[in-house]
Amino acid sequence: MNTLVCISTTPETTAKIAFTGDGTSYDSEGVNYIMNPYDEWYALVRAIEIKEADGGEVHVIHVGPASSDIIIRKALAIGADAAFRVDTEAREAYQVAAEIAAFAKDRDYQVIFTGKETIDHNGAEVAGLLAGMLDLPFVSFANDLQIDGSRATVGREIEGGTEVVSVELPVVISAAKGLAEQRIANMRGIMMAKRKPLEVVQPTEASAKVKVAKYELPPAKSGVTMVEPDNMKELVRLLAEEAKAL
Amino acid sequence: MPVIALIEHDGITVKKSSYELVSYAARWAAQSGDHAIAVVLGSLSDHGELASHGAAKIVHIADSALDHVDPRQYVSALRAVMQEHGAEHVVLAHSSTGKSISGILTVASDAALIHGINALPADGVFRRGAYSGKALAYYRPEAGPLVITLMGNSVPAEKQDAAGEVINMSPDLPAAQLTRVEVKKVDGDIPLPEASKVVSAGRGMKDPDNWGIIEELAAELQAATACSRPVADTGWRPHHEHVGQTGVAIRPNLYIAIGISGAIQHLAGVNNSKTIVVINKDPEAPFFKAADYGVVGDLFDVVPSLTQAIKDYRQS
Ligand SMILES: Cc1cc2nc3c(=O)[nH]c(=O)nc-3n(C[C@H](O)[C@H](O)[C@H](O)COP(=O)(O)OP(=O)(O)OC[C@H]3O[C@@H](n4cnc5c(N)ncnc54)[C@H](O)[C@@H]3O)c2cc1C
Repeated sequence: MNTLVCISTTPETTAKIAFTGDGTSYDSEGVNYIMNPYDEWYALVRAIEIKEADGGEVHVIHVGPASSDIIIRKALAIGADAAFRVDTEAREAYQVAAEIAAFAKDRDYQVIFTGKETIDHNGAEVAGLLAGMLDLPFVSFANDLQIDGSRATVGREIEGGTEVVSVELPVVISAAKGLAEQRIANMRGIMMAKRKPLEVVQPTEASAKVKVAKYELPPAKSGVTMVEPDNMKELVRLLAEEAKAL
Repeated sequence: MPVIALIEHDGITVKKSSYELVSYAARWAAQSGDHAIAVVLGSLSDHGELASHGAAKIVHIADSALDHVDPRQYVSALRAVMQEHGAEHVVLAHSSTGKSISGILTVASDAALIHGINALPADGVFRRGAYSGKALAYYRPEAGPLVITLMGNSVPAEKQDAAGEVINMSPDLPAAQLTRVEVKKVDGDIPLPEASKVVSAGRGMKDPDNWGIIEELAAELQAATACSRPVADTGWRPHHEHVGQTGVAIRPNLYIAIGISGAIQHLAGVNNSKTIVVINKDPEAPFFKAADYGVVGDLFDVVPSLTQAIKDYRQS
């Protein structure tokens, strides 16, 4: 059974957030990019576990420029078998989903994974759009996945608990915490990754449906009011009267 | 054209956050002289205050197949209402339900999609958080249909009288794709993403057996409990309590952080909270820079006395 894992990149969690002059694009000067943790820690690892149990191949796909190749290689080092990079800038979720859908449509993937969301934009948009474009069922925020023949049983995060659903394959699944345990690439994996295929795919030039008008930094906090540890009565008064938070 | 708000409910009452949705839809529609339609799917005995929050129409598809969410069936039901009432735009909650149907609905409606909106549109431009809450992004969707999810607790529900005309529909629905096996509820807790008050604790607690004081404070405030990532990773607390950049992102009215250092990845998930209180014994803890109120002290003394002070305040 073959699976496809959609991989996104995001600025490292400690990266500075600044925008270029007119505020329309993120200033990536000097910023390190990493593989989106939900893609790496949960989606990719669960796909590899399925391969280890049932055979087949794990493919990863990324929409983005050649500068992402180093991150894609990391996915190969962790255990994916082949990688594909759609050679175009990722502008927004609809365009990214359209490129991935065009790639995946005639290939026989039984599970297409994404991460739950990227940790920079927290969009959580690509997976559902992809399911819509490929006309496949969609299970969001999976924290457990068991495959049994042509069906999958999936636990999905809902407010206040987990809903367990059963679904016919193929399916699009977005991966949340709990789906798998993070794996670190070892030396052997890193060496093997160099010989695994990383194929560049020509984009379909899908267009973006949403454009960024501008970015803005939120107003700074006005500063902290300190309260003595033996005067919780005062803290409660401030929360009730000043912050109106009680 | 009218704007649709998909109402979430538990079969008995309308969720509080859904009043935000319908009031948002009404105010957005009013920008072009139009009205809001509240769509109720599945069995619900009481439409609550949908009309007084701006629903000109309440379209109810009471088919019990819709009692729980199947994305394909939900999308099909929403499409039927959109076509019947000539609606183009849909407002969903930024919830597990909203996010599981938005993409499929967007493709079926040939719409554009923006998740996590936190303000009313101004001149066709929509605002949301970006870079894990460290920035705001203004998006301009292309002309035509638009599906959005609205961040809870960001645009307050407003009372606005509307007709609230109830229209029952029963369109043909496709077969469900997801079969529900079971639901595992977390006992007695207030779901974190919906909570207006959150009490959160970190490694400063030293031991999972010490959580009693956190639970007592949370119970007194009727708050949800949360934790930092290492606390969830070591199994001291369940994963669904983990907040931050790689956990749940929340924006409650009140966030009380106890024994949490305030690492940048933690702040990313909580810095949009309206009021932040930090309790930490280290005056240099980075969290104080993001706090509105700070207490430097030993949490094992401070937390019980805060709980007591709230009790006293409630009684006075
Ligand atoms: C890619 C990545 C993603 C991450 N995502 C997240 C995330 O989503 N959420 C998250 O929380 N973290 C995340 N982290 C981890 C983060 O960097 C921090 O390590 C973590 O938040 C620290 O947790 P803590 O504050 O509970 O523990 P610590 O940093 O150990 O802080 C404990 C605090 O408790 C205080 N304390 C100790 N004893 C007492 C006492 N008796 N009374 C009062 N105060 C006391 C100490 O002064 C200290 O400030 C991520 C890290 C990485 C690299």
